[in-house]
Order: sequence, then C-alpha cells, then structure tokens
Amino acid sequence: MGSSHQFTLRCRAEADAVRQALSELRSALSKLGLSEDRLPGVELAVAEALNNIVEHAFPGEKTGDVRIDAALSGKHLCVTLIDTGRPLPNGRPPVEKRPNPDVERQDLPEGGFGWHLIRDLTDLIAYTRAGEENRLQLHFGLPDRPEKQQTP
Amino acid sequence: MELSSTTENGIQLVGVHAKRIDAASAVQFKDAMRQETETGPAHVVLDLSNVDFIDSSGLGAIVASMKHLGGGRRMDLAGMTPDVDKVFRLTRMDKIFTIHASASKALTARKAG
Repeated sequence: MGSSHQFTLRCRAEADAVRQALSELRSALSKLGLSEDRLPGVELAVAEALNNIVEHAFPGEKTGDVRIDAALSGKHLCVTLIDTGRPLPNGRPPVEKRPNPDVERQDLPEGGFGWHLIRDLTDLIAYTRAGEENRLQLHFGLPDRPEKQQTP
Repeated sequence: MELSSTTENGIQLVGVHAKRIDAASAVQFKDAMRQETETGPAHVVLDLSNVDFIDSSGLGAIVASMKHLGGGRRMDLAGMTPDVDKVFRLTRMDKIFTIHASASKALTARKAG
C-alpha cells in the first residue's frame, strides 16, 4: 500500500489498435494488482473514451496517435488519454439525455450510450484542450482493501 | 464474425463465436446477423455465452439486429456473462429484451409457455 505505479501505452486511433491497446492495458493493470472485479469496468470506460477519439477526434479517414497514461496507487487509478485530434465540441464532455428504452421498437436507440457509460463507470472525468492536445482524465476510486504486494 | 444457427421447437438459436462485440467488429456482427436472420422463424434467440466484452458499439449492433427483424418477429437474449449483462443494465437496454439465463432455458421457456 502507498506504492504508486505509472505506465504509458500508445496506439493508433483505429478500432483494431484500440482493441489491442485495451488488452495491453488490462494485463498491465492486472500485473500491478488492480483487482479482477475492477478490470472490466475500467476496460469498458477506457474503450468508450478511445472509441470516441477514433470516431470524433479523427473522423473519416483521418487517424493519429493516442497516448494512454495510467497511474495506479492503492486507492486510486487515473487513466489519461492524450490525442491531437479535433477538440470536443463546446470544450467539454457532452451532457445529453440518456437514451430512452421506453419507445416503439423502430425508434429504439442504437447509440448515444458512450459518455453515459464513462460517467457511470468513473468517479470523475476531466477534459482539457491545451494547444493542439486533448487530454481526458478518467478517475477511478478503488475500495479500501489490501492489494497484491509487488515483488521487487 | 462467426455465428452459428440452429432451429429447434420453431426457435432460431443464433450463437456468437467471438469473445468481443466491439467497435472493431460491430459492423461485421450486424451484417452477419442480417444474413442469418434474413429468413427463418419469428422467434430468434441470440446466445451470448461466448462473449465476454461488449461496448456501446456492440450494444448498438445488437439493438439494430433486433430492430431489423421487423414488427412480427422477436429476438431474445441468452447466456449473458456478468460483464455483458452490466452493459445492458447500465444503459437500461435490458428492459427491451427478454433475457434467459442460458440457451437451453430459452428453448424450454417456450415449451412451458
């Protein structure tokens, strides 16, 4: 406890590369002792954020690099995604109504879930645009309990 | 995206043979579902027991596949793993499907009904 670990991954802003990066993120976090029951939620939140970058920061045929910084301490995980694509509209993560399931079948939503999932799965998100760079931080509080000790 | 399809008791059981339905595979999934269910029984059950990860793209593709069946047909879900189930619950999309614990339970539910 009290120890802190950081690592960086990089991927292209493309769906197949995102899949690969998520797999690397998951195994790196697992090795550092993040509990197995937290991994799926973290993976999903980061997946949604990366998918947004692929789709909106680099629309169409455009692509670029995404840097994924992770910092894990006993009680806290922060994953920061950094890219040089388009900024978020209005300079902040969108606040939209939740897609509504209580509608006729042909009107059922097929999208618009991403940011809601990110908010549901994180404790805090923070977005900044600095120069040409988007930085999105996803913060996850970790329950107070012993973690796997790292062997030096 | 590999799908399998069998018909039993007038129910078409479609199995997904992939670990993930995500942004990288959602379009392929939708296309494959469209092919598998182009013709066939009015009652389709999608067996998700092999799938351990879906994101919102995958969720959207499953909803789209259900909508594509049209008004006279239905699509149930079966065998959802806990992490997949969580995505449906968080987005409230669990409300729009009948969900069975397993493919075999989905088939017997019909018999009992």
